[in-house]
Amino acid sequence: MKTICFYFQVHQPYRLRRYRFFDIGENHNYFDDFANRSIMRKVAEKCYLPTNQLFLDLINEYGSEFKISYSISGTAIDQFEQYAPDVLESFKRLAETGCVEFISETYSHSLSALKNETEFKKQVEQHKNKIEEHFNQTPKVFRNTELIYSDAIGALVSDMGYKAMLSEGAKHILGWKSPNYVYTNAVNPRLKLLLKNFTLSDDIAFRFSNRAWEEWPLTTEKYVSWLNAIDEKEEIINLFMDYETFGEHQWAETGIFDFLKHLPHKVFSETNFEFLTPSEAAEKHQPIAPMHVPHPISWADEERDLTAWLGNDLQDEAFDKLYDLIDKVKIISNEELNRDWKYLQTSDHFYYMCTKWFSDGDVHKYFNPYDSPYEAFINFMNVLSDFTVRLEKEVMDNKNKDLLSTYPPEEIKKLISEYEQKLSELKGLVDKADENAVKAKSFKKGTKGKVVAKSAAKGKNKK
Amino acid sequence: MRVLMFGWEFPPHITGGLGTACYGLVKGLAKNNVEVLFVVPKAYGDEDNRVVKIVDASEVEINQELLSRDDFWKKVTFMEVGSNLIPYVSPEEFKKFSSSDILDQTVLNKTIFRAKYKFSGKYGKDLMEEVSRYAVIAAALASKNNFDVIHAHDWLTYAAGIAAKSVSNKPLVIHVHATEFDRSGENVNQNVYDIERKGMEAADRVITVSNYTKNIVINRYGIDASKVVTVHNAVEFDSRKNGYDEQKTVSEKVVTFLGRITFQKGPDYFVEAANMVLKKYHNVRFVMAGSGDMLNRIIKRVAELKISDKFHFTGFLKGNDVNKMFLQSDVYVMPSVSEPFGISPLEAMRANVPVIISKQSGVSEVLNHAIKIDFWDIDAMADAMYGLLNYDGLPTMFRRMGQEEVLNLKWENAARKINEIYQTAL
Repeated sequence: MKTICFYFQVHQPYRLRRYRFFDIGENHNYFDDFANRSIMRKVAEKCYLPTNQLFLDLINEYGSEFKISYSISGTAIDQFEQYAPDVLESFKRLAETGCVEFISETYSHSLSALKNETEFKKQVEQHKNKIEEHFNQTPKVFRNTELIYSDAIGALVSDMGYKAMLSEGAKHILGWKSPNYVYTNAVNPRLKLLLKNFTLSDDIAFRFSNRAWEEWPLTTEKYVSWLNAIDEKEEIINLFMDYETFGEHQWAETGIFDFLKHLPHKVFSETNFEFLTPSEAAEKHQPIAPMHVPHPISWADEERDLTAWLGNDLQDEAFDKLYDLIDKVKIISNEELNRDWKYLQTSDHFYYMCTKWFSDGDVHKYFNPYDSPYEAFINFMNVLSDFTVRLEKEVMDNKNKDLLSTYPPEEIKKLISEYEQKLSELKGLVDKADENAVKAKSFKKGTKGKVVAKSAAKGKNKK
Repeated sequence: MRVLMFGWEFPPHITGGLGTACYGLVKGLAKNNVEVLFVVPKAYGDEDNRVVKIVDASEVEINQELLSRDDFWKKVTFMEVGSNLIPYVSPEEFKKFSSSDILDQTVLNKTIFRAKYKFSGKYGKDLMEEVSRYAVIAAALASKNNFDVIHAHDWLTYAAGIAAKSVSNKPLVIHVHATEFDRSGENVNQNVYDIERKGMEAADRVITVSNYTKNIVINRYGIDASKVVTVHNAVEFDSRKNGYDEQKTVSEKVVTFLGRITFQKGPDYFVEAANMVLKKYHNVRFVMAGSGDMLNRIIKRVAELKISDKFHFTGFLKGNDVNKMFLQSDVYVMPSVSEPFGISPLEAMRANVPVIISKQSGVSEVLNHAIKIDFWDIDAMADAMYGLLNYDGLPTMFRRMGQEEVLNLKWENAARKINEIYQTAL
């Protein structure tokens, strides 16, 4: 039997408020509570709540036959806790069915995998704890931010104990090969790779409501006929997409919910596909080859590369300046600073600074709070400047605290008196040296005039 | 395609951006195989004649025979010379024209109907008189020449355009580079406004230099939106100015305002933003280059804020001094309150200076690689200045992308659009 593997990315960033340079050092609240709350509420009503309900109904209808998976970023979960506990509850109900797998990622949907191994591991750990706390399961499969993947990242993830990882079936990587098999990491063949079938995924995620598309309208009949048309040896279709596809990118009026509702029935009655979670799929299918990815890929844009987040001068400066702080962050334990550090790493901040879609903006305009990448950059850098000031102050305070703990007050007093003693000795030496210098000078001059020599001698007598 | 075009000035004898724009445009039209007969009130003889035939209105003779021909005047009176244009010549003459038939031979010895009239071509006290006389010349030229379309630039030539249209029955395109609202805010000169509106109403097509101006034309002049089309200005750089071999001599960073120091250009907002930046950042000097009726007020305000040691005035700059100023600049700011287009940020970008421009400008519609702010939002303006001064990624990015963007704004492309507009007007 062949496999359909549904995976949905659920993510919301903490958007920054308009933070001016004169706020630096004055105001340490960086986040736009109003925007974050209202966007979360809007997406909750249009997407999260109805789609969760729909999946819950499908799972109840088909028992354990219908399965799906999610990765929910830590920043999204934090915002559920703050603004949408109802959404969090509905995800918990889905978790209880046993048909839903929750996948690991970095806590703040960050690009840390590209920069710092320790930070990356720390964030994955934080995210794992969050998933365990809410959904009562330990993630076994990993998915990096925006499906960013390379041989090195895969090897790192494998070392961390994960059995499988999700990635993009990028054409420039696969060439003639099909994404409809399981592959392995090129460095460590124990890590299995599930690759997104971007054609069949994007038919739903991007093209569903596009009336200019020759296949519009997309019906379940048509979609199932495409599933049946794949090569008979091929084993798995990975349908990976943003969860916001349902009701937000594709509005309810487009019929996306009806499509979703009727798809499982069609699949069960007219194909030999079954639905599996990523763990089950990785277990079931034998990998056919290693996939070589020397340079990182992602699921973004035509290029499937990192240029949406990194590469222009703005993004690179912001990214480097942010991670320049990492050694300082390591040695502090201030809760607020650690939280801000996490939230500032969210990849969306860098995404807003991208200049490549001045011509074709649509996808990237989605909830982008800025008019231009330049504004995004200035705002982020202002925030980062303040964060840096706070961080440095904290580091300095810690240093002082450390000193206090190694030297008790009596010890310090003792030290002070010792130093004072030493200082006065040194001062005495300097005075003496000066005196000698004056003497030498006056001696020279003394050959010309007695008065000077006399006064110098007087001075000497005084002493 | 042959165009009878009316302008007020032509390089090298220019006082503002209008002449430069006209020059770029006719060159672009030549590349699109459009022949242009360009009329200016006064030609000096050293204009670039390669791409355009310059007609000096001062040299156009109105012969008595033409003026006495019935059919000529029938058309000219149809354009309401008597009731609308002539009155602004002078109150006394107004009386003459309004009380006597315009065909009356007795007026022909009066100033504007002299056989030849020496235009100053300047924007002086006899401006209204010159505008009227220019219209009479226009009518004469229209009757003598072959052309397909009439194209008139800005209000000074609208009367000429109307006159030429009346005589020739050829379609009239008027080109709005600025409106009275841009020049005077809400204190509009009613006479000028009326001439502008007459021109727009009489025109078959109205070209505006930006959507910003298009909206003013539609909303403030009540012009039918279907005949108003935006063609953004382009910019042409003199290749000789490419060698910026001189070095920056000021050790601090420099933020520059360059333009007329008048209400329209928003110099006061620049001062307030500068003051905010100076509170947080010291390695910077602010320069205000230009002159204008608000200069004294600005100097007083700078003194009042006690930032005179960091805020400098250069007076009016021209020619190479402008380039030298750009060379010293790290940031260029155009905080215009109302700017139909605004070519100077493009010159700054060409000189590798990052720019901050107000959203109330036409140029903001064509630029991606600029920071855009509302002119009144001094917080945002100060923040943008601070960002450009502090975060190196920004100027690097602007230098990389800005040049290319500016060099892609070609008159040839703008002229192609204008040629298409001519076709629809025929």
